[in-house]
Amino acid sequence: MHYIPNTPQDQAEMLATLGVSTVQELFGEIPESLRLRAELDLPPALAEPEVFKLLRSLAAQNDNAEDVSLFLGAGTYDHYIPSAVKHILGRSEFYTAYTPYQAEISQGTLQAIYEYQTMICNLTGMDVANASMYDGATAMVEGVLMAGAITKRTKVVLPASVHPEYRQVLHTYLALQGWELATQIDRDTAAVVVQYPNFFGQVDTSILALAEQVHAQGALLIVVANPIALGLLKPPGEFGADIVCGEGQVLGNPMGFGGPHLGYLACRTEYMRRLPGRIVGATKDLEGTKGYVLTLQTREQHIRRQKATSNICSNQALNALAATVYLSLMGPTGLRKVATDSTQKAHYLYERLLEIEGVTPGLPGPFFHEFTVQVAADPEELNQRLIEYGIIGGLPLKRFYPELANQILFCVTERRAKEELDYLAQVLEGLL
Amino acid sequence: MRIDGTAEVKVIFEESVSGRKGYSLPDLDVPAQELDQLLPLELLRQQAPVLPEVSEVDVIRHFTRLSERNHGVDSGFYPLGSCTMKYNPKINEDVAVLAGFQSIHPYQPESSCQGALEVLFDLEKCLCAITGMDAFTLQPAAGAHGELTGLMLIKAYHHHRGQLDQKREVIVPDSAHGTNPASAALCGFKVVEVPSDARGNVDVAALRQVVGPQTAALMLTNPNTLGLFEEHIEEIAQLIHEAGGLLYYDGANANAILGVTRPGDMGFDVVHLNLHKTFAAPHGGGGPGSGPVGVKKDLIPFLPVPRVIQEAEGYRFDFDFPQSIGKVKAYYGNFLVALKAYTYIRQMGPSGLKAVAENAVLNANYLMEQLKEYYDLPYQRRCMHEFVLSGARQKEYGVKTLDLAKGLLDYGIHAPTIYFPLIVEEALMIEPTETESKATLDQFIALMIKMAQEAIESPEKLHQAPQRLPVRRLDEAGAARNPDLKWS
Repeated sequence: MHYIPNTPQDQAEMLATLGVSTVQELFGEIPESLRLRAELDLPPALAEPEVFKLLRSLAAQNDNAEDVSLFLGAGTYDHYIPSAVKHILGRSEFYTAYTPYQAEISQGTLQAIYEYQTMICNLTGMDVANASMYDGATAMVEGVLMAGAITKRTKVVLPASVHPEYRQVLHTYLALQGWELATQIDRDTAAVVVQYPNFFGQVDTSILALAEQVHAQGALLIVVANPIALGLLKPPGEFGADIVCGEGQVLGNPMGFGGPHLGYLACRTEYMRRLPGRIVGATKDLEGTKGYVLTLQTREQHIRRQKATSNICSNQALNALAATVYLSLMGPTGLRKVATDSTQKAHYLYERLLEIEGVTPGLPGPFFHEFTVQVAADPEELNQRLIEYGIIGGLPLKRFYPELANQILFCVTERRAKEELDYLAQVLEGLL
Repeated sequence: MRIDGTAEVKVIFEESVSGRKGYSLPDLDVPAQELDQLLPLELLRQQAPVLPEVSEVDVIRHFTRLSERNHGVDSGFYPLGSCTMKYNPKINEDVAVLAGFQSIHPYQPESSCQGALEVLFDLEKCLCAITGMDAFTLQPAAGAHGELTGLMLIKAYHHHRGQLDQKREVIVPDSAHGTNPASAALCGFKVVEVPSDARGNVDVAALRQVVGPQTAALMLTNPNTLGLFEEHIEEIAQLIHEAGGLLYYDGANANAILGVTRPGDMGFDVVHLNLHKTFAAPHGGGGPGSGPVGVKKDLIPFLPVPRVIQEAEGYRFDFDFPQSIGKVKAYYGNFLVALKAYTYIRQMGPSGLKAVAENAVLNANYLMEQLKEYYDLPYQRRCMHEFVLSGARQKEYGVKTLDLAKGLLDYGIHAPTIYFPLIVEEALMIEPTETESKATLDQFIALMIKMAQEAIESPEKLHQAPQRLPVRRLDEAGAARNPDLKWS
């Protein structure tokens, strides 16, 4: 096995140093009754060309967004990833490093996280961001748990317009601790969570007055925001959000069948010491040179054990690096262009689809780059037919909302060319 | 030192020049509408976010320069105990960037992603074979997330047996990783600590004192964080099971047991593995990881949904498990990380995985044997894939373990894990892994011996370390006292 450099000669020398004659003797402390007699029941080893061939054939069975037109969003989005992002992510000094516990030999990772934290704060209008969470769903959960610790309350208001999977994950976590899900804000409410734009792609000006109502009851406002949309939309910090979190996959990370993605979590300064996970701070070395370290670690599990703010240890550092490189390349104008072009194209498609007989408007109101329409057909069967035309259609909403049985959630990013939008409309017209 | 005379790398925001750009996107190809016709004016951003305005060249130079200030497994030896810093095969990276894996959406119809479903299905089978468990979920994103998921399953198990009111406590050894008690607390359990005995095992007599009808589970790492095999594991398993509790296996680091022994055979009911350690997916500077959880058949009904099943027509997701704890993460886990682990397992096969365990254990014992004369070795036993030394002797000369760690950095070697486990004074936890050669180990031994001598003869040299890195020792206390967490 070419990843194991010891030769039989090396092994013999090492065993001699240890005063034993076989490697098996080193396992002598494992009770005999527990030792495996047979080989593991796994397929036999493959050589590198064989394993690559196998995996390539598995990959080839998946319709991918490089080859087909994809109109799915719903929390995972197909934005263009510049080549430069991939090349920086390919630097093995980054991807083969561990968590930067030894700061002096990890300044690269640490400074990149510091820059990431800055970018997340600037996008959201928050004061402090952590180094990342697992994904949007768990970032939202941690935001809610934070709000519980801050307010000493255990009730959360969570509308159905928040991503259904995020709500499911929150439900799993809260079931552990006797939380209550509510529909009305009152004096027992720890937090109100809203998604911006919401799961259906909508934005609503009522969000601007929400913080006042929430704060009047002593609760916190948590906004789950799409960071691409924040290139164009007002940052939640400007309308009173206390905690902003969400899914950062859109910032230079591939869809990857749902992971690894990038949870981000940010808050106001006053809640800094309640923030879970790793945080990087700038400091000086003993000669006065600027450097970076993991900081405020007394919040974390390796110090506080069962009293920590969270159990999180590993996060999504490399995905956060991708986001940092992506945002550096895009800058304010590039990010705005991605957001604006996605919006324009989504509206173009919306209007094209509504020209088709059998397509009617779905949920009303302004939207960003996702919208719902009602179709006079079974959405899942329709999607099966679309595959034959090289199209992956939108999300049939009945998967999460039985009452929206004939509605489809379409997403259009800047990657979809006008011809693809016209082609989708043309094919749908033929099918409906 | 750079052309501008600075040793520091500017924050990328400081490189920003108004109007400079680093992206290339096509012109809008649909008729443009006024934005305020599409979105409410009140919701539009009035001021652009502060982001760098830099060219692609600036970005590449900046992050390349940062990468040069980092140490990865590809840069050199990385004997960071409990972290399994083994070589990450390049083929895994090539597989994970194939468009058929990278550019697929979690909600696309199952008929259009059969290859991805097959990877998930097969990997689950492989992990069952490796651990002796009956089923796995790949949903947890990292080790601590796996622990939490595993404890949720245990909670659901007791709940469905009508015993949750009684089962309030989770027992954790004093040598355990901090995530163990943190996960148990997050799950709503009371944490009870059990001490280790003089041989570094769980103190079985002390365990007997704390086990009872209130015991929901014991969380155990085996080999434990001292790198030692828990010799009384069968007795411990019996003790916990007789009390109606379950046995949880923290398999964050399973390098020593591959093909040698299995947690399922030791009596464990729930297991988590870190695919980013044992199964060679890279750590990414702190993630992404993947922390799948395996269970015995009694706990299968509680696993997160969806699960992948195989039918005559192919693979599909099955959400119909009414007793499931639900979801712990959106979608299906860190798929691309799992994919790297799958590629690794298929390439290694049963013989390769067993060779991993043998060489990891051989390398660790070889290092321990050569170093125990120069550093205190608290437990005089065979170690498994790692071992823990104590810097207590060096401390008498005023050299702390921290100084030794910083000394190694100057030689291009990452420090071992220090001050963990908590039960060893001035701990140095060393894990060489199987992917290091005897020659590398010999160099490391020579260096460690040299430092042990320096600790006696010229301790100030170690106090001054590191001296050859971009920064000297950093003021961590100052960083926590006056947090500077973003550039402005």
